Formats: sequence, C-alpha cells, structure tokens
Amino acid sequence: MEIKGKVWKFGKDIDTDRIIPARYLNISDPKELARHCMEDDDPEFAKKVKSGDIIVADKNFGCGSSREHAPIAIKASGISCVIARSFARIFYRNAFNMGLPILECDEAVGSVSEGDILKVDIRKGVINNITRNEKYHAQPIPPFMQELINEGGLMKWIKRRLTTS
Amino acid sequence: MPMTITEKILAKHAGLREVHPGQFINARVDIALGNDITAPIAIKEFRNLGAKKVFNRNRVVLVPDHFTPNKDIKSAEQCKIIRNFAREQKLTHYYDGGDVGVEHALLPEKGVVVPGDLVIGADSHTCTYGAMGAFSTGVGSTDLAAVMITGELWFRVPESMKFVLKGRLNKWVYGKDLILRIIGDIGVDGALYKAMEFCGPTINKLSMDSRFSLCNMAVEAGGKNGIISPDNTTEAYIAKRAERRYKVYKSDRDAVYGDVREYDCSEIKPQVAFPHLPENTRNITDVGNIPIDQVVIGSCTNGRMEDMRVSARILRGKKVPSHMRLIIIPATPLIYKQSMKEGLFDIFLGAGAIISPPTCGPCLGGHMGILAEGERALATTNRNFVGRMGHPKSEVYLANPAVAAATAVKGRIAHPDEVVGKR
Ligand code: SF4
Repeated sequence: MEIKGKVWKFGKDIDTDRIIPARYLNISDPKELARHCMEDDDPEFAKKVKSGDIIVADKNFGCGSSREHAPIAIKASGISCVIARSFARIFYRNAFNMGLPILECDEAVGSVSEGDILKVDIRKGVINNITRNEKYHAQPIPPFMQELINEGGLMKWIKRRLTTS
Repeated sequence: MPMTITEKILAKHAGLREVHPGQFINARVDIALGNDITAPIAIKEFRNLGAKKVFNRNRVVLVPDHFTPNKDIKSAEQCKIIRNFAREQKLTHYYDGGDVGVEHALLPEKGVVVPGDLVIGADSHTCTYGAMGAFSTGVGSTDLAAVMITGELWFRVPESMKFVLKGRLNKWVYGKDLILRIIGDIGVDGALYKAMEFCGPTINKLSMDSRFSLCNMAVEAGGKNGIISPDNTTEAYIAKRAERRYKVYKSDRDAVYGDVREYDCSEIKPQVAFPHLPENTRNITDVGNIPIDQVVIGSCTNGRMEDMRVSARILRGKKVPSHMRLIIIPATPLIYKQSMKEGLFDIFLGAGAIISPPTCGPCLGGHMGILAEGERALATTNRNFVGRMGHPKSEVYLANPAVAAATAVKGRIAHPDEVVGKR
C-alpha cells in the first residue's frame, strides 16, 4: 500500500476532544464528522485537507476518549495516514480495526515540516520525504496488525473467520 | 512462570496456561459495554456484518448516559438506535430513563462486573472496574461490535507497572489525589500500553469508592488497565451484589514488572490538575488565587456516595457566592436516593447547588453545565483537555470533591481547611 500526500503537522498529546470535539458526538455520519475534524485547532482544517494528505504529530496522538469518531473523522476528511512518535492505545486499536494506516516514527516526526510531500510504503514502514529527499524507517508493525490491515479491518477479519470455521 | 494478576486473568480467558507481555491473544470476554455515543456505531457494524443475535444477552450491557435525558434531536436519534437494539436483543442489562446512571458507577453497583472478569467497554474509563480485581479496558466501537458477535476479542498482553503506596493519608486526601499525583509524576503517557497495578498498605486501607476513582484515571496516564487485587474490602462490597460466581486472582510474589514505583502517601496533599492536561498537577498549597465560575461534583471518577458525603461535610451550613454555579451529579439512581435519604440534598440545596439527575452531562461538554468563552470550572471529573467542558477558550481544573466543595464556597480554588477550619 503506497500513499502520497502533503503533511499537516501537529504537536504532542493531541487528544480526541481536539480531533473531534464532544459537541459533535451526537453525530455518527463520517462525512459530517469530517467537517469538524481538528476544528478547535484550525477551523479551516477540513476545507484545506486534500485526499491523500498525511498528519504528522508528536507523541501520544489520540489520547483521551475511546471515541471511534476520531479516526473516522480523520479518515473521512481525506487523510490517508497518521505518523507520530507514539499513539494512545485505544486510538491505535481503533485505527487498525477500522483500516486507517498509522506509523510510529521518531525520525520522521523530527525531520518533517508542514507542507512537505511524503511517499509512504505502509507495509514496509518506509517514509520517503520527496521535498527534502530523505528517507525514514518506521517501527515495524506487529504481524497480527499486518494481518488486520491486509484483511481490511477487524470486521472483515471476523467475517472471514466466521465463514471459514 | 510467575505472573501478575493482569496476566493471570488474560491467560485464563485465552485458555492458556501462561501469557507474556507483548503476546497477541484472542480472549473470551465476560462483559461488553457500550453507551449512547459508541454503541450506535457498533450496532451499525453488527448489522453490516449480517449478525442477528448478540453472543449472550446477559453479557452485553448498554447504558445511554452521556447525552441523556436526550439533550437534542440528534442525541435522541442515537439513543433510539440503542434502545431499539436492546429491546430487539432482549438485553438483560439495559438501563434507561430513571434506571440510568453513569456507566462506570452503575455496573459495579449492580454487581454486573465481578472480580476476575475480563471486561471491555467502548468507553475509555472502562478501566474503572480494575478496582474490583477485574481486567477491564476501554476499546472502540468496532471492538464492541466484534465482541457482541463473537464474545471474543484480540488483546496484546500489556507489561505491568507496579505502584506501591505506603503511609497514612492526610486529611482531605482520597483516591483521586493518589492518581493525580501519580499522573503528575509519570505524565499522560507514562503508562502507555501498560497495566497499572496498585498495591501496598495505603491501598489495603482505601475505601472501594476511592479505589474506583484511582483505577478510573489509569487511562489518563495512558494505561491499558488499572488493577487492585481483591481483599476483604472488595469481598464486603461485592458479596451482596455479585450476580455471578467470581474468582479472586492475585499477582505472584515473583511476578515480573517493567517498573516498580513507591510512594509515601503521607506526603501527598490534595492535588489540583491545571489546564489542559491531567499531568499538570500541583499541591493545593501551591495553587495561588484562581477565581472559578463553575464547580462540578460528579462523573465516573467522583460521583459516588463517599464523594457526596465529603461534599456535604464541607457545604453544610454554607452558601456559595451568587456568581458561582455549583452542579452536583449523583452518579446513579441509588446514590441519588441514598443522598436524599441521608439529608445531603438539603445541605446541597441550602448551599445554592443545582442537583442534576445521573448523567455524564458537563463532564464531556455534553449538556447540563457548558462553559462560555473564558470561563473557568473546577470539576471532580477526569479530563481537562482544551474545550472539554465547552468553549475551546474555557478552562477546567481537576480535583477531589472536598476541594471542589470548598472552591464552590470560596469562589476560587480553595483548601477544604479554609472552609471547615482545622479540626
Ligand atoms: S462521566 Fe465523563 S469520563 Fe465518565 S463515562 Fe461519562 S463522560 Fe466519560
């Protein structure tokens, strides 16, 4: 799976209330949620993001609530991948379960600037910075999580197991 | 191989003799919980997969507590989805109307969760039940859907961190202060992916309500679960409530921990977490003069009986300033009733408080007490993120109910001793 897009950069400890404020949790439609993605940090974010773009954030991205509305809003906004130093654990689970690719990579977070163009090979965990002509290697994704990605998320994984057993 | 309590419960539910940190397992789930925010998405996935019946109607628990009583049309629609689903699936544990309470206060109180259980909830504070010696962790809606269908879920066995708490608690110091102190120490990702095991003489003497507050905020340090081995206090609490037989697990003496930390609790003062992260903690004595517009006492962290009684002790015979909005939210109908019976409502109303029906309400900026631009709240809740209780430019400070009640009386963050005097 190869992804190419422009970088939107965020700091550390970006919590789920910032990704999608609780006042929108009475909605579950992905497109509507996407309109409010990151809105308290940047009210124009949803308008500016182009399909394929990439979020690069510091440590503990997605901390706080278990709301799947957060990765749903990110994915529906057109973001193709999130790269961070680390992810909060429920966000990490949710992203794999619903098929939003995420990578942990200190090197990329330290070197990438907003607006850079990245080309990312999710499977290999290789991040190419086209703008700066640099290459970074992300933490390898555990085999089980690879399996979830290959399958297209947890529900598809379950479906296959239910039909084959 | 020696194991921690967390590893033992996970191994048992995965049908394995032993497990080790980092291992991926598929485990049987005893209780799966969803609320009015997370369950609608799970129900959609359940239907998308063509599932017809939940794996066990006694083990799927739905509690519409966040935006209820329905605050607007959109939330009413979300609640309707889960109400219809609960009825269709004949769920034993569906709580609505006058039976609803804040989920993490309600489930232990009803004996739905018991020691030794493996519990998942599509709500991050599901880690609360660790206080009863269960492995309990927050997950997302897709996970909930998976469990509703299969009764199982994938887990990565966490490494355990041990927190040994010693020393006598100071006056006005509770479970809330212990966990705030720990989060202030290790940071909001200090226990990322890890099990936080609490033990030691201070824990042994701690009330159940304080234990729930303590484990409730494990997720605020990034923890996967918080856990306390059951003892006599646990047994006394659960014996009269448990609706199933339960099993008590304890960590082996030589179990392996990634980190062991010791705290002398006699040095811990009431804590206040400053905006906008729970790790920004200070001693109440180092807070300075911070005027407050609204005080909220409630939530899955501090809306239990102990919290109501502590608040009443401070508020008795006092009156909050006219510009102060003091909102008190007993977390469950039983706590509501008991508070009324003990005459606490007279004290609260006499002090000028607003008593809300059990709901999450303002804790997540939902309803029943939203902040305007520039306003400041002090709350007994668990998160003070940007915009958590309303306007993105409002502020939330976190503290225990004694500090909260004293703050309401003074109109600024205050030490309980300032209100009731040293005794
Ligand atoms: S009281 Fe607050 S933290 Fe607890 S479940 Fe409700 S919204 Fe979440």
